[in-house]
Amino acid sequence: MTFIAKPRIDLPGHRTNDIGLYRRDYEGVLSTLCAGCGHDSITAAIVQAFWELSIPPEKVVKLSGIGCSSKTPAYFLSGAHGFNSVHGRMPSVATGAMAGNRDLVCIGVSGDGDSLSIGFGQFGHAVRRNVNMLYIIENNGVYGLTKGQFSASADKGSRSKKGSINQWKNIDSVQTAISMGGSFAARSFSGDREQLVTLIKAGIKHPGCAILDVVSPCVTFNNHLGSTKSYTYTRDHYHPAAHTDFIPPAGEIRATYAEGESIVVELHDGSKLLLKKADSGYDATNRSGVLRYLEQQRARGEVVTGLLFINAELPDMHRIYGTSATPMKDLEFDQLNPGSEALAKLQGRMR
Amino acid sequence: MTDKRVNDFVLKIGTVNGTGSASANTLLLKALFRMGIPVTGKNLFPSNIQGLPTWYEIRANHQGYMSRSLRVDVMVAMNAQTYQRDLEEVSPGGFLIYDSTWPRERQMNRDAITVLGVPLAKLCNENFSDARIRILMKNIAYVGALAALLNIDTRVLRTLLEEAFANKPKLVESNLKAINLGFNYAIENFTCPLPVRAETMGDNKDYVLMDGNAAAGLGCVYAGATVGAWYPITPSTSLMDSFDFYCDMFRKNAESGEKNYCIVQAEDELAAAGMVLGANWTGARAFTPTSGPGISLMSELIGFAYYTEIPAVFFNVQRVGPSTGMPTRTQQCDIMLCAYASHGDTMHPLLLPANPKECFEMAVTSFDLADRLQTPVFVLSDLDIGMNDWMIPELKWDDNYRPDRGKVLSSDDVEKLEKFYRYLDVDGDGIAARTLPGENAKGAYFVRGSGHNKHGFYTESSSEYKELVDRLLIKWKTARTLVPKPVVKRAQEKTSIGIIAYGSSDGAVLEALDNLAARGIHADYMRVRAFPFDDDVTGFVEDHETVFVVEQNRDAQLRTLLILETNTDARKLVPVLHYNGMPIPSECVVKGLCEHLCVEDLA
Repeated sequence: MTFIAKPRIDLPGHRTNDIGLYRRDYEGVLSTLCAGCGHDSITAAIVQAFWELSIPPEKVVKLSGIGCSSKTPAYFLSGAHGFNSVHGRMPSVATGAMAGNRDLVCIGVSGDGDSLSIGFGQFGHAVRRNVNMLYIIENNGVYGLTKGQFSASADKGSRSKKGSINQWKNIDSVQTAISMGGSFAARSFSGDREQLVTLIKAGIKHPGCAILDVVSPCVTFNNHLGSTKSYTYTRDHYHPAAHTDFIPPAGEIRATYAEGESIVVELHDGSKLLLKKADSGYDATNRSGVLRYLEQQRARGEVVTGLLFINAELPDMHRIYGTSATPMKDLEFDQLNPGSEALAKLQGRMR
Repeated sequence: MTDKRVNDFVLKIGTVNGTGSASANTLLLKALFRMGIPVTGKNLFPSNIQGLPTWYEIRANHQGYMSRSLRVDVMVAMNAQTYQRDLEEVSPGGFLIYDSTWPRERQMNRDAITVLGVPLAKLCNENFSDARIRILMKNIAYVGALAALLNIDTRVLRTLLEEAFANKPKLVESNLKAINLGFNYAIENFTCPLPVRAETMGDNKDYVLMDGNAAAGLGCVYAGATVGAWYPITPSTSLMDSFDFYCDMFRKNAESGEKNYCIVQAEDELAAAGMVLGANWTGARAFTPTSGPGISLMSELIGFAYYTEIPAVFFNVQRVGPSTGMPTRTQQCDIMLCAYASHGDTMHPLLLPANPKECFEMAVTSFDLADRLQTPVFVLSDLDIGMNDWMIPELKWDDNYRPDRGKVLSSDDVEKLEKFYRYLDVDGDGIAARTLPGENAKGAYFVRGSGHNKHGFYTESSSEYKELVDRLLIKWKTARTLVPKPVVKRAQEKTSIGIIAYGSSDGAVLEALDNLAARGIHADYMRVRAFPFDDDVTGFVEDHETVFVVEQNRDAQLRTLLILETNTDARKLVPVLHYNGMPIPSECVVKGLCEHLCVEDLA
């Protein structure tokens, strides 16, 4: 995470978004990840998505845990406050941040080691509380920083670079999130920029905890023959289950699909998600159907991608708690302190 | 014949956990309190919900001694499981009252004490029909018997019942009926009152009865804390219950029901700590109550907050360790753990309340210090303070108080700067200004637990790393000037003997000082109220030839901390230790000093 200022390149033809910012205004410092790392593609997609949504960078908080993936918040949105926490604890810090200021736009970046091993509990509870955040798991199946041990998302039977075969059944973050009662679960591939940008936008706008698992090959430790998280394997088994269009609040639905082939999900801010059924009968709003489908595809070794489950009506943490619309950090002291008279009165009962 | 003991006795009630004796015991405590007698009530309870033996110990003392006494003047033995043990515990000349519905004349027999049988179950069975009510009223009936035997004002009892059941007049009647059953039986069968008795001596109108956890939770409300994250653990749980209760009372919008607070019950202590950091980072005042095992789990994030300089408040209501230890017993065993919690070079300010009043006040101070110093601050209470009933001067609040939020730059402040750097010490006090997320892109910075320099950027440079951690030492010096000062009580005569104690050991030391003075041993007493120690602490040690360090743990942790942090001569510091899980009695202090000073212990 060496700090290297990224050269500012102004290309002719670059345009500004609705709030007058260029795409480069959403970038961070130069990445120090390996050349070709899937994570850098995800970073680029995050930059693109935030720029397209015209979100002021200062309204965003970007958090992470520990690992290669968790380095990446330094590489995007330098105008946002960042928080590189400890291993596996990003979700709790994000939960606290959103408890303190619910108006923030929160993006958490984690990895398969960070979320599915050391931080599995916190991952599950962020989902369960439906904390309003986009939670990206940059999934490469290995521990890169410690040189290639299998992670909990590695498929059973996949081969490590050193030649050992993984004996353990993998933990699937998408299936886990859905079965835990999550409100949004999606999977994408770092090599599919178009789908990824759309899903990031959908996740940011979703009023709850949006889990986005992105298969992101590790070029150094997990991109060989026998790996099920390599670029080659992922491309060969890539299986979009549903195509999603993101339509901003004022936008119109332009794409036309035949009756019964698409579902429109309206989000609280007026934006819409248009889900096209690629596989006949796939319905991302039907929880049990989705789980059944995912289990079938998993048995076939398919990498199913797309917005796989959504329920935009599930209340988020603040709605469940009934917290005030004003962020906690903005409440005036007079609203919080009952004063001397109240103190005297309540002590009347303590005699 | 028993000596007359007026307003100076210990009343102990042994019952079965879960039989509803708490309201009866509170009634007794409050009645004595309203008669103007200084009282304390201590729960000596098992780690159990129902079925195991439990005791409630009331000490009434006209001199105002608050610590636990080893005497038992009157024992109410309501639990057949513990009859034998309860009988043995009564001090010579004392009394034991038991339920003689099932007479045990042979078993209940000991020289030098008087056993009084009251057929409580029989009386209640004859007068109440419902089975559950009979069990509850048996407790109220012993209150009635004690009222006769100890001369407790029955008018006060009636008033208390009327207040407690203001909306349920029928319950007032049934409770009064039970009181009269016990009262009349005692009057008819024994010589009342006993030589051990109460007499009205005032009204205690400037005092209240409160436990430390209630006070600390209330303090968090008054400090303006908005986010509480926690994982339930004995004996800290009632602190968050208190915060919740008072927030519900004061922080809810009357019309919309919207809450101006957010309490998150976390999945574990690690998550609770993470949430506290996250919320404080955004500018909300956030805290977590826990106990020793929780601090062990939170330690990684505590070190993170120290190094990244995020304000955070941790209440540690100490219980007996190590490991799970004895969760319902008290100790002062985490002072070392909290002082240096987490790996690497870390040090944390500790506040050491000695009673519920200070729990309230120090709760407020802890948030101001955390914000001012941008670091984790610990409030170290314990089970004795947190869960027992203390008589304290009524809490006061200054409406002119405004929280010290420390160096927080507003969006406008940031605009005026050429550039914002998170860890630049402009003022020379070791504290750099912070900005809050969500306000200004120019003030954005990156929190990281990895190496960072004064500008807030990642570094692996030796000099930049060192510059930053050395600056944290300057901040530590600033902390020394901000934490609460120690309290000193000088002996009536000039002396070379000193005593240092903290927290719940205070009462035992204060009582011991009088006792020792009567034997001609005079000692100056310093109660430390915070870590880091200020110069007064060092000065106190230097000014005395021998300093006894009284504390409730095996390893003399406060003494160790004094040796480490004041460069004092270790030989000067004599440990006086009490660590059996029960609150420290004054006898322990008297004995500790007498033994060392080779004076015959007359206690």
